[in-house]
Amino acid sequence: MSTPLSASVEVGATTARPRLASGFWRRALRHRSFVTGGTLSLMVLCAALLSLVWTPWSAYEIDVASKLRPPSAAHWLGTDVLGRDIVSLLLVGARSTIMVGIIAVGIGLTFGVCLGLIAAARKGWTEEIIMRMSDFTFAFPAVLSAIMLAAVFGPGMVTSIVAIGIFQIPTLVRLTRGSANAIWAREFVLAARACGKGGFRITIEHVLPNVLPILIVQATIQFALAILAEAALSYLGLGTQPPQPSWGRMLNDAQTLLFQSPMLAVYPGAAIAIAVLGLNLFGDGLRDLLDPRLARER
Amino acid sequence: MSVFLFRRFLTLMATLVGASLIIFFVLDALPGNAAQMLMGADASPDAVRALTVKLGLDQPLYYRYVHWIKGMLTGDLGNSYAYGTPVAGLIAERLTLTIPLAVMSMSMTVVLALAAGIYTAANHNKLGDVGVMSLTQFGIALPNFWFAILLILLFSVKLQWLSAGGFAGWDESIIAGIKSLLLPAISLSVVQAAILARVTRSAVLEVLREDFVRTARAKGLSKRDVLWQHVLRNAMIPVMTIMGLQFANLLAGTIVIENVFYLPGLGRLIFQSIANRDLIVVRNCVMLLAAVVVIVNFVVDVLYAFIDPRIKVHSL
Amino acid sequence: MTVSANAPLIEVSDLGVRLNTSRGPAQAVRGVSFSLRRGETLGLVGESGCGKSVTALALMGLLPDSAVISGSIRLDGSELVGLPDAHYCKLRGNRISMIFQEPMTALNPMHTIGRQVAEPLRRHTNCSAGEARKQAIALLDRVGLPDAAKRVDAYPHQFSGGQRQRVTIAMALACQPDVLIADEPTTALDVTIQGQILDLIADIVAERGMSMILISHDLGVIAENVQRMMVMYGGTVVESGATEAVFTRMGHPYTQGLFRARPRLGARKGTRLKTIAGTVPELADLPSGCTFADRCAIVEDRCRVAPPAAVDVGAGHGVRCLRTDVSMAEAVGVLGA
Repeated sequence: MSTPLSASVEVGATTARPRLASGFWRRALRHRSFVTGGTLSLMVLCAALLSLVWTPWSAYEIDVASKLRPPSAAHWLGTDVLGRDIVSLLLVGARSTIMVGIIAVGIGLTFGVCLGLIAAARKGWTEEIIMRMSDFTFAFPAVLSAIMLAAVFGPGMVTSIVAIGIFQIPTLVRLTRGSANAIWAREFVLAARACGKGGFRITIEHVLPNVLPILIVQATIQFALAILAEAALSYLGLGTQPPQPSWGRMLNDAQTLLFQSPMLAVYPGAAIAIAVLGLNLFGDGLRDLLDPRLARER
Repeated sequence: MSVFLFRRFLTLMATLVGASLIIFFVLDALPGNAAQMLMGADASPDAVRALTVKLGLDQPLYYRYVHWIKGMLTGDLGNSYAYGTPVAGLIAERLTLTIPLAVMSMSMTVVLALAAGIYTAANHNKLGDVGVMSLTQFGIALPNFWFAILLILLFSVKLQWLSAGGFAGWDESIIAGIKSLLLPAISLSVVQAAILARVTRSAVLEVLREDFVRTARAKGLSKRDVLWQHVLRNAMIPVMTIMGLQFANLLAGTIVIENVFYLPGLGRLIFQSIANRDLIVVRNCVMLLAAVVVIVNFVVDVLYAFIDPRIKVHSL
Repeated sequence: MTVSANAPLIEVSDLGVRLNTSRGPAQAVRGVSFSLRRGETLGLVGESGCGKSVTALALMGLLPDSAVISGSIRLDGSELVGLPDAHYCKLRGNRISMIFQEPMTALNPMHTIGRQVAEPLRRHTNCSAGEARKQAIALLDRVGLPDAAKRVDAYPHQFSGGQRQRVTIAMALACQPDVLIADEPTTALDVTIQGQILDLIADIVAERGMSMILISHDLGVIAENVQRMMVMYGGTVVESGATEAVFTRMGHPYTQGLFRARPRLGARKGTRLKTIAGTVPELADLPSGCTFADRCAIVEDRCRVAPPAAVDVGAGHGVRCLRTDVSMAEAVGVLGA
C-alpha cells in the first residue's frame, strides 16, 4: 500500500466495473445526470417525432392577420411576425436540428473513426499524414467551412451538414487514434498478434469493441456540438433556409423584434440550450456508467 | 529545443500551405467563372470576358495561386470585386474592431476560467465546487449568440445601460469603443470560460494527485503554496492546449457575434462579401482566420517547450 | 526545547486512523503505540495494505482531510494529532522529513532539482536564495550525486531513478530533521542500487544522530538497518521488539509466515517458496477477532472473539497472539525449516 488514496481507487475500480446489461440499467436509473440528461434529450427527440405526425398549427402557413399574438389557449406560446404558431415552429425546428445533427455526426463518425483506426493500426507515415491532416482541419471551425461552402454553393441545409460534418472529423480522429493506441499496447492485442492475426482483423475484433464505449460517449457530446453549430449557421442564414423552420432562424427573426416581443427570442434559445444540456449530461452520465476510470473528475 | 522548434515550424508552414491550397481550390477553382457569378447570369458575354481579363481570371490556375501567395507575402491582396478598393486595406480597417474584440474576450475567458477552475479544484467536492460546476454545465449548453441576445434584452432593452449594437469607433474615445465591445466580449467569453473552467479544474485535480504534491507537502509547504508553486505550472499544459483550440472557436464566434451586434468587423465583412459575391475578399478573410488559428496553436506548442523542461528531450 | 536524552522524541499511543474508501469507512490503523528515542532506528514491516504507510502519513500529518485520526502522537512532548495545518507545516521538512517510495514521480518535473532541494531551507530557515543554493549543492554532494555543482540546475527527468532518490534524500535532510521517515525508499529501484541507497541513508542517520523510521516489506532490509522493529498486519502491530529478538524468537505466526515466504539463495532447486495461505483482509471489513485468524495455521475459536492483547515474551518484545505458548519460533522450529 503506497498511499491510502490508491487503495481506495483500486477498491472502487473493482467494484464499479461494468457488469451485465441488467446491472447497467439498474445503475443507470440511479445516476442523476444520466437520468436528467436522458429525459431532456428524449423530450427533444419526442418533439421532433411528434412534429412528423402532428403540430398544433401548420408551421408553414403564413397568417399575417394573427401575427405577434401573445400566448393564449389557441397559441400556447403565441405567434411570430408571420403569424405562425411558435409551438409548431419549435416542434418542427427540433426535427431540422436533429436531422442535421445526426447526419453531420454520422459523417464525422464514419470518417473520424475509420481514419483514427487506420492511423493506430498502420503507424508510420500513414499515421503521420492522417494526424497532420486532422490538425489542419482544426484550423477550419464549422462556421469557416460553412462560409466557404456558402460562398460557392449558396447557403442551405446541405452546406451546413457538410461543414459541421467536416468540423467533427478531427476531434474524432484524435480520440479514436488515442484510445486505439492504448488498446494496441495491451497484452491481449499482443497475444492476438502473436497468433498471426493481421492488423485489420485485430482492429475489428479487439480494438473497435474496446474503443466503442468511449466513442459512444463522445458521439453524444459531438451531437450537442453539432446542434450548437447548426443553430449558429441557421441563425447566420447559412444553414436551414426558410420556409423550413429552424431554431437558429427563429432567433434571427426574433432579434429584429426585441423591443416588441422579447419572449420570441427566449423560446428557441431555450430549446437549443435544453437539447445541448440534455445531451451533455447524458454523455457525462454514460461516461460514468460505461467506464468509471474515464469519469473520475468530470 | 531548436530541433523541436524547427520541426514544429516546418509543420506550421506545411499546414499554412495546405490551408491556402484548400481555400484557393474551394473559392477560386470550384466556382468556375467568378466574373460570370459577379455579373449575374444575364450579363453579356463580352462584358463578362472583359471583366474576366480585368480580374486576371483568364490566367491559368497555378499562376493565380502563385500570384495570390506572392501578394500575401508582399501585402498586396488585389482589389475587392465589389468595392474596387484594395482588399488588404478593407481587412486592416475591420481588424481594428475584430482584434480588440478577440483579445478582450480571450482575456476575459482566461481570467474567468482560471479563477473558477482553480477555486473549484481547491474546494473539490465542497459546496462551491458543485455550485460553480453546475453553472458551467449550463454555460456550455448556451449558444453564444442566444446568450448575446439575452444580454441585449437585459442591458439594452430592459435596463438601457448599453446600446444593442453598432460600434462607436475608437476615434471619439477609447472608453466608448470598449463600451460597445463589452456585451459582445462577455457573450463570447462566458461560454468559452465554462468549458475552460472545467478543463482547468480537472487538470488541477489531476496534478494534485501526483506524488510530488505530497513531497512538497512533506517539505512543509501549505496547501495553498503547493497549489501556486507546484501544481499550477504542471496543470497549465493541458489547459494551454485547450486555450489554443478555443481560440479557433473564439474567432468563429466573433463572426457570429459581430452579426448579432451589427459590429463592422471581419465577420461582417465576410458576410457582406458573400452577399456581394466578392470571392476575393472572402478568400483572404478565410485565409487570415485559418492562419491565425494555426499560428496560435504553433505558439502554444512553442510555449510548452518553455514551460515544460521535458519537451526538449522527448520531442526530438 | 530541551529534553533529556532519554525522553522519547516521538511517542505514539493508541493511534487509530479511519479512512474513507469508496467501499465505506475503513479502519486502516488501530491501536498502534510505540516510542522512538533520539538516534534510534525503528523498522515497520508488513504486506501492502497493512497500514504501515498510513501510520507514516499520520506522523507527517499528510492523511487526506477525510481521514479520522484518534489516539495521540507526541513530538518532544507536544501533541501533533489535531494540530492546525499551519503549525504542522513548520514541523514538516524541518523536524520530521520523509522519503517516498517512487523517486520517479516524487519530484516536480517542472522545477530544477536545486530549487527543490533548497525549498525546505528557504521555507524553514532565514537563508538567502544564494545561501540556500550553496547548501543545496553541498547536500547533493553529500548524498553522492556526481557533479552536484554542475547538475544543480538540471531537471528531474535528466536523472536516473537512483539519482533521483538521492535527490529526495538530500531534500529530506536539508533542514537537519530530528526524525526521518523512509517509506519503502528502495522498492522502486534496481537491486544493484538498493544497497547503495540504504547504506547512504544509514550513514547519514548515524552521522547526524537522527532517529529513523524505515518502512519496508522486505525483512532483509529491516534486519540490516534498524535497531527495533514492528510487524504490522491488518492495521495493527502484531509483533514488536528489538530486531534481533524478533528475528531469533519470532512470536507471531504471521512473522514466521513472512520469514518463510522470503526467497533464499542456496535453497534446493525446485523448492517452492512458502506462501501464506489466503489474502490480506479488506480494511473495510476486518474480522472482529485477531485480524490474522483466517490465515493462521494454529487458529482457535477464542482467537476470533476479540483482538488479542500484546503478550510480553521477552524484554521489550511483545506479541499480539493468544497462542504464544505454542507459537514461539523455538516451539515451532521454523528457523530450522
